[in-house]
Amino acid sequence: MNTYTTIVGMEIHVELATASKMFCGCKNDPFGATKPNIYTCPVCLGFPGALPVPNKKAIEWTITLGLALGCEIQLYSKFDRKHYFYPDLAKGYQISQLDLPFCKNGVIITTDGPVRINRVHLEEDTGKLQHTEINGNKVTLVDYNRSGVPLVEIVTEPDIHSGDQAKEFLKKLHQIIRYLGISSADMEKGSMRLEPNISVRKVEEKGLPNYKVEVKNINSFNFVKRAIDFETKRHIELLERGETPKQETRGYVESSSSTVSQRSKEEAADYRYFPDPDIPPLRLQSSYVESIKKTLPELPDVKVVRFIKEYALSREEALHITEEKTIASYFEGCVSLAQSAKDTQMLTPQKIARSIINIHDEERSPKQLLETLMKKENEKQVDMSVIVSALDAVLDQQTKAIDDYKHGKTSALMFLVGMVKKELQGKGDASVIETELKKRLA
Amino acid sequence: MKANELTLTNAIKKLQSKKLSHKELYEDIEEAVKRKNTQLNIYLSVDKQAQQKAEKLQQSVLAGMPFAVKDNFLTVELPTTASSKVLEGFMPPYESTVTKNLMKNGGVVFGKTNLDAWAHGSSTETSDFGPTKNPRNPEYLPGGSSGGSAAAVAADVCLAAIGSETAGSIRQPSSWCGCVGLKPTYGRVSRAGVVAMASSMDSPGPITKCVEDAALVFSCIAGKDRYDATTVDAPIPDVVHTLKDGIKGYRVGICYVDHEKLKGTPAANAVIEAGKLFESLGAIVSYIPLSQQLEKNKILTPDYAIGIYTVVQRGEVSSNLARYDGIRYGADRSKFGAEAKRRIMLGTFALSKYFDENIYEKAQLTRSLYIKNFEQLLTQYDVLVSPSSPGFAQKLGASKNSPMFGELEDMLMEPTSISGLPGINVPSYHDETTNLYLGMNIVSGQWQEEKLLRAAYSFEQATKWNSWK
Amino acid sequence: MQSKKVSTHDVAHIADLAHIPVTEEEKENLAEAFTTTYGVVDILSKANTKGMTQTQQVTGLENVTRDDVIDETRMFSQEEALRNATTIHNGYFVVEQVLDKS
Repeated sequence: MNTYTTIVGMEIHVELATASKMFCGCKNDPFGATKPNIYTCPVCLGFPGALPVPNKKAIEWTITLGLALGCEIQLYSKFDRKHYFYPDLAKGYQISQLDLPFCKNGVIITTDGPVRINRVHLEEDTGKLQHTEINGNKVTLVDYNRSGVPLVEIVTEPDIHSGDQAKEFLKKLHQIIRYLGISSADMEKGSMRLEPNISVRKVEEKGLPNYKVEVKNINSFNFVKRAIDFETKRHIELLERGETPKQETRGYVESSSSTVSQRSKEEAADYRYFPDPDIPPLRLQSSYVESIKKTLPELPDVKVVRFIKEYALSREEALHITEEKTIASYFEGCVSLAQSAKDTQMLTPQKIARSIINIHDEERSPKQLLETLMKKENEKQVDMSVIVSALDAVLDQQTKAIDDYKHGKTSALMFLVGMVKKELQGKGDASVIETELKKRLA
Repeated sequence: MKANELTLTNAIKKLQSKKLSHKELYEDIEEAVKRKNTQLNIYLSVDKQAQQKAEKLQQSVLAGMPFAVKDNFLTVELPTTASSKVLEGFMPPYESTVTKNLMKNGGVVFGKTNLDAWAHGSSTETSDFGPTKNPRNPEYLPGGSSGGSAAAVAADVCLAAIGSETAGSIRQPSSWCGCVGLKPTYGRVSRAGVVAMASSMDSPGPITKCVEDAALVFSCIAGKDRYDATTVDAPIPDVVHTLKDGIKGYRVGICYVDHEKLKGTPAANAVIEAGKLFESLGAIVSYIPLSQQLEKNKILTPDYAIGIYTVVQRGEVSSNLARYDGIRYGADRSKFGAEAKRRIMLGTFALSKYFDENIYEKAQLTRSLYIKNFEQLLTQYDVLVSPSSPGFAQKLGASKNSPMFGELEDMLMEPTSISGLPGINVPSYHDETTNLYLGMNIVSGQWQEEKLLRAAYSFEQATKWNSWK
Repeated sequence: MQSKKVSTHDVAHIADLAHIPVTEEEKENLAEAFTTTYGVVDILSKANTKGMTQTQQVTGLENVTRDDVIDETRMFSQEEALRNATTIHNGYFVVEQVLDKS
């Protein structure tokens, strides 16, 4: 299928983990609420006369995210009302941002190229609906605990061209969000939601296709890939037949890794946007934005490069160790502790990294981790004489390996090192054994 | 004189000097309510515990005085209906900031008054619970949308009232009922807990028997509110004390009397007479000519204001009424009355993709013309004066079948309302045969309530139009 | 700005957007009212607004925000939140089953 290229733009929603909601002082914990409708007030329930007052921290965190994504920050901004009727939308309009989003023009670099971020804006979340039956009647139950929770919307340009690229992009975005500590970004809890917009065109064509399909109900990064793969195939089949795929919204079906058509409107929605008169505009000082920039933590990409350089880790080790900011900090804590005392200086960053990577289900303080490693080191110390006798024993047996090595097969050497180690029951320094073997076989 | 016929200020004085008791006062009020309410349809609900509440408030600023509050202010103890069947029987779970402030200062919410449903109108005829009648002459309307509150004052069934204005809804009914109505600067008084009409213009304010009362109530309800992001942190001027400082040297500008709809009318003449009076009190009075476009030292014709107000107000109304879906409170949308339906639909229309041009944007651009105009004029003048209403109160039935009734009636107030400026109505003429009144509108710059109150007080004291003097 | 006649079909569409049920008679009356309003609004086209910016906030206020703290004084108990609803069930508000966002 190389004659076609897939074109995907992503829309991601992230719930910010502020203490209170976006426009009122209600507790922001919809997932943790033990009962429905316990974190509400006149504002988020849309009672008559209730007025919104924006959450300062939510604005700050939106800008923080924008800066981490390399965006330009809009110094003059406002909130707009977006109108539609749905039971989970208490006021009959959602307070969002239309033409002056807080952040614009960012980027995330993936292996297959840069994915540009068109905008990052701030809005409020809706309540939650549950369809059920009461006494034989089909009803919908409404819970407003989530109504008014601060929600950041991230929209990319259609720069993603495969399911794999989409996955990589999302993983990077997810990691950045967690590094910033602004959201749990947990797809199962609903604090991160994704919608890809997918279309397909021939490789040689330029510009965007004249249709796109939005896919909803995707609960994991893997499902995004499957949805994109399925849609790509489906669109190509239609295009090959001379048909244009219908512009619509489809739902992802987990059990069959496919998508199905959902009831769609023929025309684009008329949201009747206008600036919210209840909320005065925001005029941010560039000094304010600069001060936020200073609070940005070292981001994953930068940390990986530094760890490779500073700690002589392999790229894979560095990626693993920096996956979560807490683990990266823990690693660096162990390293500096090891460096601080003379007798622990042999515990190299690589050894520490490998230990952390291999043993991840135990909670160990840096001190405990070093103690464990030192114990191993000491066990590894064996007398040279013991090594030599083990070496003798192995060289006696492994005549084929000796022969292979002498004929230029370098892997045979590693095989012999392994056999000596086995003889020594895992003890002994591998590099010392290797050196001895080379001497003996020279 | 019965206790209910006293002004707020005088009643407080009497009460605090033990010349009057709460029992006496409330008995007189309740007797008046009994006599008049059925015919005039002023109160939709009344607090039967009012007197008991009052008795505990002797020492406070408002000393337990009974207030009539427009039924679009949310009150926990009394139903809040906005005069609509959609909210019939609605008992709010929270209190409006204005009534909270009133009570904090010792006022008592005696009852909730009738209004044009959702505050959509200038007659109180569009209430879902029947029109209110003008106490001065019950064949006539009280004006609107705060018609019930203005009537409550005129009928002496309260000592003062609270209303709200988007464009004329305090000043116009005050004009038609012959009482004082103050619309503060937009942003002075909190809108939290007031059923929203046009968010960028709604201003709660007092309707009272005299200017001194208006100054007192204003100082009790104004102030920044953490629950309303559009209230300002500006200090409230000491209006109660500066009230009587006179207007010597004040520069007074007379407006709109040369407009084609007003030339030679009694309303215009009353204002021209007022101008002469201001001069005799030491003010410097001039006439500001009307102009069709923005021009220095001229007042921009109010004709565009109708268009602006229509679009912005109806657009905001359609948005603010979207929350009434019958899920969390109230009845479903089919219970909206005809006028409400019309405004919601027209507002939706104005905001929709239907129009090739964005008329909401055009309206907001034109609104800036008025703001600029007033900014310039109010560097040249301390106050601007005009008729409040083009004429006397109109007869019952006048508002029906006139889709633009409200906006045309309020034409003179729309320019200052869309600019957020403060204005006060004072009675400017009384017709002995009909017992009806004309009103004069005095406007000052943003946050300058002090000036208009001084001018209003001086005028009131020097003339005979106030029926409580 | 176009001064055109508004049809009952237009009115039906707007009624749909606004979620307002209207009868055939109401549609006729509203079509007339819309057309009248168009005329009044049309006068705006005569105003010269060159060089003006849109008014959004007459107060001149900017940057009005609140600190990220929980305000227990304003939060409702579940009972208070549900008290005014017509239909409730196990702590939820209840509506007839909905399908699509409109």
